[in-house]
Amino acid sequence: MDFDYSDDQKFLKDEARKFLAARCAPSVVRGVLDDPAKSYDAGLWTAVAEQGWLGAAIPEDYNGLGLGRVELCAIAEELGRAVAPIPFASTVYVLAEAVMAYGTAAQKAAILPRIAVGELIGCLAVSEGPGAVTPSSLSAKVEGGKLSGVKIPVTDGDAADIAIVLAAESGRPGLFLVDLRAGGVKVETLESLDPTRGVARLTFDGATADRLEESGRGFELLQAILDRAAVLLAFEQLGGADRCLEMAREYALGRYAFGRVIAGYQAMKHKMADMYVKNEVARSNAYYGAWALDVDAPELPTAAAAARIAASDAFWFASKESVQVHGGMGFTWDVDCHLYYRRSRQLALVAGSPKLWKERLVSELEKKNAA
Amino acid sequence: MDFNDSPEEIAYRETARAWLVEAAAAHRAEHGEPKPTTPEHMAAGKAWQARKAAAGYACITWPAGVGGGGGTPIQSVIFGQEEAKAGVAYGYFTIGLGMCVPTVMAFANDETKQRFVSPAVKGEEIWCQLFSEPAGGSDVAALRTRAVQDGPDPDGDWVINGQKVWTTGAHYCDYGIVLVRTDPDVPKHKGLTMFWIDMRDAAVACRPIHQMSGGREFNEVYFTDLRVKDSQRLGAVGDGWKVALVTLMNERLAVGGSSGPDYRQVMELARGLSGPSGPALKDNAFREKLADWYVNSQGLKYTRFRTMTALSRGQTPGPESSIGKIIAANQMQEMANTAVEAQGEYGILTDPSLAPMEAAFQASLMWAPGLRIAGGTDEILKNIIAERVLGLPGDVRVDKDVAFKDMPTGR
Repeated sequence: MDFDYSDDQKFLKDEARKFLAARCAPSVVRGVLDDPAKSYDAGLWTAVAEQGWLGAAIPEDYNGLGLGRVELCAIAEELGRAVAPIPFASTVYVLAEAVMAYGTAAQKAAILPRIAVGELIGCLAVSEGPGAVTPSSLSAKVEGGKLSGVKIPVTDGDAADIAIVLAAESGRPGLFLVDLRAGGVKVETLESLDPTRGVARLTFDGATADRLEESGRGFELLQAILDRAAVLLAFEQLGGADRCLEMAREYALGRYAFGRVIAGYQAMKHKMADMYVKNEVARSNAYYGAWALDVDAPELPTAAAAARIAASDAFWFASKESVQVHGGMGFTWDVDCHLYYRRSRQLALVAGSPKLWKERLVSELEKKNAA
Repeated sequence: MDFNDSPEEIAYRETARAWLVEAAAAHRAEHGEPKPTTPEHMAAGKAWQARKAAAGYACITWPAGVGGGGGTPIQSVIFGQEEAKAGVAYGYFTIGLGMCVPTVMAFANDETKQRFVSPAVKGEEIWCQLFSEPAGGSDVAALRTRAVQDGPDPDGDWVINGQKVWTTGAHYCDYGIVLVRTDPDVPKHKGLTMFWIDMRDAAVACRPIHQMSGGREFNEVYFTDLRVKDSQRLGAVGDGWKVALVTLMNERLAVGGSSGPDYRQVMELARGLSGPSGPALKDNAFREKLADWYVNSQGLKYTRFRTMTALSRGQTPGPESSIGKIIAANQMQEMANTAVEAQGEYGILTDPSLAPMEAAFQASLMWAPGLRIAGGTDEILKNIIAERVLGLPGDVRVDKDVAFKDMPTGR
């Protein structure tokens, strides 16, 4: 049994934590939060690229480090802990993973090396309005290699160079790679619950669309890409949830009320014990997801769903109850609790809400139990 | 990250499995499969324990000198997994070998150890733990059972009077360790002493407790002028709390989906039931709950794997296993109730010949409240996580410096 980070992976994780403590202090996150013109921190992005993290799981042939997915999970956990304000998930968990899994040789050669060195930012353009997109509601279209339609919201769409877009070609849903710098695209920045991450409306009017894998499998392909991203996002959520518990604990140990430290009140202790329980359930499910992702196991769909559900629940609970433990201070702009509260919503919504994942999980279990 | 055994673990597992196949077959040929709680079942349990001890598979982590296997914690876990697969596990020895005998080994004199450890390992004698009292459950140190030394001789006999409660297996156990009050004039933790006792003594009376579930698996134990020798003392007079902490440190909570139906059975049930809008399994509210239960069950399973990983690496496991019982007990209650509600008016029936899955959900519903209390209530377990794992301060103890006899008491 070897169901934990290895010593090397722990070392990498420790180094990542130190690096982010130095380069991604709350002041860096707040620099993006407080500046409407900034959708991410460019300095941190460059520094992360120099660390090789963008290409951690990209093969060496494409300028990456050629490490495994578990290493990428370790980095994700630390990025989540630091609420890093960079388009890492969109670029690495979605674009790089999708191109590695489904791209043609030409697409890999054009995209992966540029991601690895930090020259290319990605995004995933699926949503077209409130609620989930379905095959019957999908309105973005590709005709003769040209894309038209509106995608809203697109996380990191205002910073991205390339988008993976869900659109129908001759009535058959497919995923398409679209160069956002090549014309036929209008980008409008939007306000969101989490201003430390960029969000945009992308309006396509005859933009050149390059098919990712065969057309017609769009929704299946999207789900497979989201399965991979879900595991990595779960590690970001876990890192954030851990940090919320630490912040709550530190505050409660230093705050006095009614003549004693508030951390000694059972109502506080039980609240924090509840956070701990949820975080450990999330960690164990995330580890299983990491294993399934790393070896590309057939269990990935259920493992990814379980990891995402547990991590979304843990981060939501820890972030809201951390505000509560902080009391009035927690409700101020100046205390960092809201950075996590905001990020917990961003991460829970970005790749399909927990409700969708629960439905997906149960459908998978039905298939498994029927077989 | 993987789930594979190391080469040494593979070898150990294969040897254990091969032994289990043969031993289980021989055991079944001799004892059949008797019904639980019958004398035949107890006899089979003892015979199986003896067979394991002879092969070095009983108390695997204990030294061979006392009858153990001289092995490692991970070997013990591996054997436990294989034994469960072989379908020949008996629960009679868990508390005695898990908690009581380790306390005897840590605090008894050599003569006592010589006499008792090896027979316990071989299953010849069974031990129980007598801590809880009607007036001391979560607050065990508030217990009232008195031991008074008979006469001024410091080596003189002690006389015990009082009552214990929730003692698992008291009616079939041969010996027990009992925590008693020897000095009521000092604060509660300081006036306790531990003894081992003969459960067959005429001064010990067991009475089964009629539980809310209808069953009678636990006991009240009464002591009326029970006379014990000073040599039966475990640890110094007044050091009982320290000794009890060693016992509790050895407490191994065998929980986590092991008892009662799990999410698979609930899913199976829901597949065949109709709700207001089609099959219950197609109901969205039900599906969301099912997803949560699956995630929690998997969470506990992989948390156990993390603990095993630490053992496999020769490290001390982290505190993560402390989440187990809180989740398992609460989930059992929620699942059982959802399953019973899904049956509609019919859900009220408890006759196994009528209720789905032989009324497993109804039984589980009535058992779950006990599981949330036994071995540490939800509330105490959360205190433990808060204090020992998160390092938060202990509660204000208003009785800390008060002599036991002056402590306020309720009923």
